[in-house]
Amino acid sequence: MLRYIFRRLLMLIPVVLGVALFIFAVMDFTPGDPAVMILGEGATEAEYAALRAELGLNDPLLLRYGRYILNALKGDFGVSYRTQIPVFQEIAARLPYTAVLAIVSTLIAVTIGLPVGVFSAVKQYSLSDNFALGCALLMTSMPTFWLAMMLVLYFSLKLKWLPAMGVKDWTNFILPAIANASATTASLLRMTRSTMLEVIRQDYIRTARAKGAKESTVIFGHALRNALLPVVTLIGVNFGAALSGTIVIEQVFAIPGLGQLMVNAIRTKDTPMIIASLLFTAIIASLVNLLVDILYAYIDPRLKAKFSVIKRKKVSA
Amino acid sequence: MSEKLLEVKDLHVTYRTDDDNVYALNGVDIAVEKGKTLGLVGETGAGKTTLALSIMRLLPDRVGFITKGGITLEGRDLLALTEADMRTLRGSDISMIFQDPMTSLNPIHTVGDQIAEVIALHNQQASKAEVERKVDEMLEMVGIPAIRKSEYPHQFSGGMKQRIVIAIALACNPRLLLADEPTTALDVTIQAQVLEMMNELKQKLQTSMILITHDLGIVAQICDQVAIMYAGEVVEIGTVEDIFEGTQHHPYTVGLFGAIPNMAEESPRLHPIDGLMPDPSVVLPGCPFAERCPHAQDKCRESRPAPVAVNNGMHRVKCWLAKSALEG
Amino acid sequence: MTAPESSQNVSVESRLRKYRKKSQFRTIWNRLKKNRLAIFGLVLFTLMLGVVATADLYYSYEQDAVAQNLRLRFKSPGKVPGHPLGTDQYGRDVLARVIYGGRISMFVGLATICVSLSLGSLIGATAAYYGGKVDNILMRIMDVFLAIPNILMAITLVAAFGTSLFNLILAMGLAGTPKMSRIVRSAVLSIIGTDYIEAARACGTSDMRIIFRHILPNAMGPILVQATQTVARSVITVSSLSFIGLGISEPTPEWGAMLSAAKSQLRYHPYLAVSPGIAIVMVVVSLTLLGDGLRDAMDPRLKN
Repeated sequence: MLRYIFRRLLMLIPVVLGVALFIFAVMDFTPGDPAVMILGEGATEAEYAALRAELGLNDPLLLRYGRYILNALKGDFGVSYRTQIPVFQEIAARLPYTAVLAIVSTLIAVTIGLPVGVFSAVKQYSLSDNFALGCALLMTSMPTFWLAMMLVLYFSLKLKWLPAMGVKDWTNFILPAIANASATTASLLRMTRSTMLEVIRQDYIRTARAKGAKESTVIFGHALRNALLPVVTLIGVNFGAALSGTIVIEQVFAIPGLGQLMVNAIRTKDTPMIIASLLFTAIIASLVNLLVDILYAYIDPRLKAKFSVIKRKKVSA
Repeated sequence: MSEKLLEVKDLHVTYRTDDDNVYALNGVDIAVEKGKTLGLVGETGAGKTTLALSIMRLLPDRVGFITKGGITLEGRDLLALTEADMRTLRGSDISMIFQDPMTSLNPIHTVGDQIAEVIALHNQQASKAEVERKVDEMLEMVGIPAIRKSEYPHQFSGGMKQRIVIAIALACNPRLLLADEPTTALDVTIQAQVLEMMNELKQKLQTSMILITHDLGIVAQICDQVAIMYAGEVVEIGTVEDIFEGTQHHPYTVGLFGAIPNMAEESPRLHPIDGLMPDPSVVLPGCPFAERCPHAQDKCRESRPAPVAVNNGMHRVKCWLAKSALEG
Repeated sequence: MTAPESSQNVSVESRLRKYRKKSQFRTIWNRLKKNRLAIFGLVLFTLMLGVVATADLYYSYEQDAVAQNLRLRFKSPGKVPGHPLGTDQYGRDVLARVIYGGRISMFVGLATICVSLSLGSLIGATAAYYGGKVDNILMRIMDVFLAIPNILMAITLVAAFGTSLFNLILAMGLAGTPKMSRIVRSAVLSIIGTDYIEAARACGTSDMRIIFRHILPNAMGPILVQATQTVARSVITVSSLSFIGLGISEPTPEWGAMLSAAKSQLRYHPYLAVSPGIAIVMVVVSLTLLGDGLRDAMDPRLKN
């Protein structure tokens, strides 16, 4: 088992490096001179040149990339062009908000999406099944920020039950988490429903019934565990979606998280900040996916027995 | 005359799908005697599996319906039982083995657990130790070392998987075993092993069996009685001797036997039966075999033949051309 | 031929006719027709496409969608004749803006799928056809792209290259490429082993021809389903990007941009936030229903 984990971790590294290279290379195209941004407009050409040399801005791309990675491993992600504050510090201050938002959203999605999906599958074609599917359809079709605005409109402005902005206390996270969770809940619901439907048609379910097992045992003891396997992988993907969803949600609710940082950095062309925040988001998503894959290997006995199999990353349905 | 364990009378089964109604069984009559094996022979689509599922009352929910007829087990009306009562019978009084061993076992439960499940379901008071002992016993009985009970299905070969399925089916000593083409998915050498094992167990445990197959060779090997099915009906039924040797047969049976290549003869071609099975979504007024039958007459197409007893005994043929033993 | 035999032949013949394989597309279309939800989606989407395409017949872009008319600011829906959905902060007609916004969304969606499809097919077909190392490397690269969530990919490209329409389309096209390449790859792989292809090769058919005439038609189904999803996703992604200011901006009437402006007016003029959102929902719902219907029509096993 440990060998499997180790192998997966090892496979993660080139992917992360690849993502980093991609981001770094793309950001290289940003117009604007970093030296000018740091020193401001008034400095002399010589000062700009000196700063550029000091920061190693004239070196070839791969060299700069290598240097960036090495520094990153030490925790040094550079310094913001605008504020001169170390990038890592800013990110560390804001990451908790985003992380909480993403985690809570995913939890909501799992606790609602999975049971409703199972229920829908068992009661296929019934009124509740169709209703659940209809809701799921609407939820995937709404942009999260629009749902967020509608929620704010109703619950904050009209009913005055929940706050619309800021991060004073835990109630501030309710509406954002719900809005962010909508699309992922719907996708988990549909996926669970469809895997359950498929599993229920399998021969081994018929065998279970032929043994005289109660229907509830058949559904929960036999079908569900099999059906949940692909769903677990989807949860990992959905966390990534929830994480990137925070970028937009934080704008609606004025939450000072990583997403807001990223957007502001892009507006002000603060390259080190942009690169670092993109990188963090991508890495966190990849790590969670890795965790999910490992979890999958734990609960699927076919894999547990063959722990040395190299697993391809699963794509969401 | 042996006692009848199972009797099926005039069973009609319909599958209702979005597109069509499929009339899978159109008046099936069979009987299984205690300790005997009934072979159910027919082409794909004849309704053999549907019959077995109907006996177990495991027709697909919302789609399969028993529209007419009765099934009794030792005089007990199975169709009148509640689902809960039926569940007590399944696995313990009547067991079923399905065709494809590769997919019949739950991939995420150990084989030991899967056998234990059926034992525990029907022996509520048994202790864990007792259940485990029985699991070991069953595994040994089908020729699998008991140590392997904590392994998963994917770690076994096809033949061994089928043996595990058989172990599950026989664990509670059922009085009737329904075996739906149990060896079709296996290769020939394994086939022979599994069949022999089934035969031994059947004799040891005195289990009655309905063996569904399209292989007449297996029928000759194991069965005591044979029913030939075509298009949802039993067109001929009798003892193995009646069917293999008797003088009068249903034209379909003749066709089936004729289609078997004869090793002794030299022949340039095989002799299949011309034509196809009729569309099961259409109810024909006459004999379903009429349009493929080389002896068909107008009467055959117009009205359904009644079963005719052609020997003294249980040999019956459903054909207008069969001469009753009473007539001479 | 005596009478009984000819009638016997006729009945067998008619039954065989029923069994004869209809063309694959017709079968799928027939199944699709029965799915009322899918047809609803198709009709709805076509209607919207029609409205958007003919917009110039009853509106003028310059006059209705862009020109400011400060006397008519913030009129609620229904208050002023000729403005059924009201006017925005600059006095512009909301309905006209929504319709022209639709034009942009549809255009972006279709352009995105073109990019995804062409790149994805190229990569997927190449990977599958040549197999081995080529396959490995290409799919690894696709994995890297898959590790980045869609919107992040778009943001990255937009951050570097700027917020032009072209960049947006390129970004979303790239984001959708890995999924499409997987679909094409598996479609190609499923056929490549068959004797069918060997036979075609034996006839001297060139590789290119094989790919286009034999392989791609088989992949059409899953590709179409994925296409509906990609277009739907891209509509949402574009509006999200515009919402946070990294997409299309004023004065272009893009739905996300309109919603961004509506956000600051949420307290006193909430109606502004409603219509663009509903428009987005309508487009995505219709496409999703259509895509699901197509998928079910191609694989009806899941139904019964």
